[in-house]
Amino acid sequence: MNSVYKGPGFDFSNTNRNAFLETRGLPLPKATSTGTTIVGCLFKDGIVLGADTRATTGPIVADKNCEKIHYIADNIRCCGAGTAADTEFSTALIASNIEMHALSTGRKPKVVTAMTMLKQMLFRNQGQIGAALVLGGVDASGPHLFTIHPHGSTDKLPYVTMGSGSLAAMAVFESSWKPNMSRKEALDLVTAAISAGIFNDLGSGSNVDACVITATHTEMLRNFVKPNERVQKEKSYRFARGTTAWKKEDIRNLIISEVVVPTREGEEMDTS
Amino acid sequence: MQTVDMQQLKSGEVNLGTSIMAVQFKDGVVVGADSRTTTGSYIANRVTDKLTHVHDRIYCCRSGSAADTQAIADMVHYHLQIHAQQSGGRPTVLTAANVFQKLCYENKDALSAGIIVAGWDKETGPSVYNIPLGGGLFRQPWAIGGSGSTYVYGYCDATYQDGWGRDETINFVKNTLALAMSRDGSSGGVIRMCVITEDGVERLFVPGNELPKFWEGEEVLSKSSNRTREFTDDMAIEV
Repeated sequence: MNSVYKGPGFDFSNTNRNAFLETRGLPLPKATSTGTTIVGCLFKDGIVLGADTRATTGPIVADKNCEKIHYIADNIRCCGAGTAADTEFSTALIASNIEMHALSTGRKPKVVTAMTMLKQMLFRNQGQIGAALVLGGVDASGPHLFTIHPHGSTDKLPYVTMGSGSLAAMAVFESSWKPNMSRKEALDLVTAAISAGIFNDLGSGSNVDACVITATHTEMLRNFVKPNERVQKEKSYRFARGTTAWKKEDIRNLIISEVVVPTREGEEMDTS
Repeated sequence: MQTVDMQQLKSGEVNLGTSIMAVQFKDGVVVGADSRTTTGSYIANRVTDKLTHVHDRIYCCRSGSAADTQAIADMVHYHLQIHAQQSGGRPTVLTAANVFQKLCYENKDALSAGIIVAGWDKETGPSVYNIPLGGGLFRQPWAIGGSGSTYVYGYCDATYQDGWGRDETINFVKNTLALAMSRDGSSGGVIRMCVITEDGVERLFVPGNELPKFWEGEEVLSKSSNRTREFTDDMAIEV
């Protein structure tokens, strides 16, 4: 790294040092990540994607209603788990590249194209981009559903789950998924799977987002189910007036009036 | 001086803790694999296809890191397509194996990939090449790989014979993989096989509930001492 020129992309020069320090007991700082439940499911006419809406930074809920189903193309969507910024930017980058590709080929984008672009980008970065994705869509060759891991490996399956709530969601799929489901059955199953994540996984929570993609339409169902709405409290917890005693009362006027005296008079601004 | 171990799988990496195999016979080769992909103790995919197409009559069996082996297979697939276009004919299995070997050897520090390349070509007929972790290249009549393979070297040595036909070879692969999968916790699921001959590629599938069975012990309760039997008979059946 003596050269003035620095190549594009990540700088890996400290990875060996950091790994060494870690073995010597120095903990490394943790990246912001989304404990998440995301799922995808194949049905008769297409794909249903699902996601919870909780974003966390360690034990804190950073966003109670975030969006985890990202746009790739009109007929392709991608759910993201892992490092929030990484999922956001990698899906945005691929969405742009897919649009350019569609424009230059004059064809509707294919799901495998998006999958290949994502896996090659993630593999190039050797797992440093912490994006765990569920990619789904319908193209000229039919419906497709993939999982993409941060190191760049992919799987093609009829039903998939990812994120910290993936175990809870997969349990629902493994017990209830069947081939050739109707749109309603698939949507209900995805809702049940995400709900399993919301209620049984600490990293997941709040609402269910869903997205139904068929050959003709893509329907984004934002906050499809809201099982955690804040309700009106049964009692009022306001303190009665005079609960706290005081010794002294001092009322001050917070409005400060001032008089502005112009220093010079009658000089016009030069607007020539 | 303590050194950093780069050979290890990176944490959270998807692993193909695997049982894979390829055997050549008179008219072709049989390649086979289990179907388990794991991340730590979680099975990320229970119906994985580890038999990857790289050309018309050449397949590879992947073991090690899923990401690494998929990337390598994709690159070899690309090179062989270019090669076929430029030479106007099908590449030989040795050519494919050499491309694999080059990638595995030159990037050995960054990769964890154990690959078996197998197929049929006009020059040599059926052939099997093994490319283990360091990036070596070895032609073998049969090859096994992955974490499950260590359990079945003895079985293969004792069982394999020259001059087998198609069906005998398929059975050998099926039995070996079933034995490896039953002993290795990182292997399991279903058995996938491909029979590659001059005429084409035939895919075979053995579901998890139809795997060949070997001695698995006996039911302890039903065959043990009379006392246990009396207990189960009297207490459980009569209410």
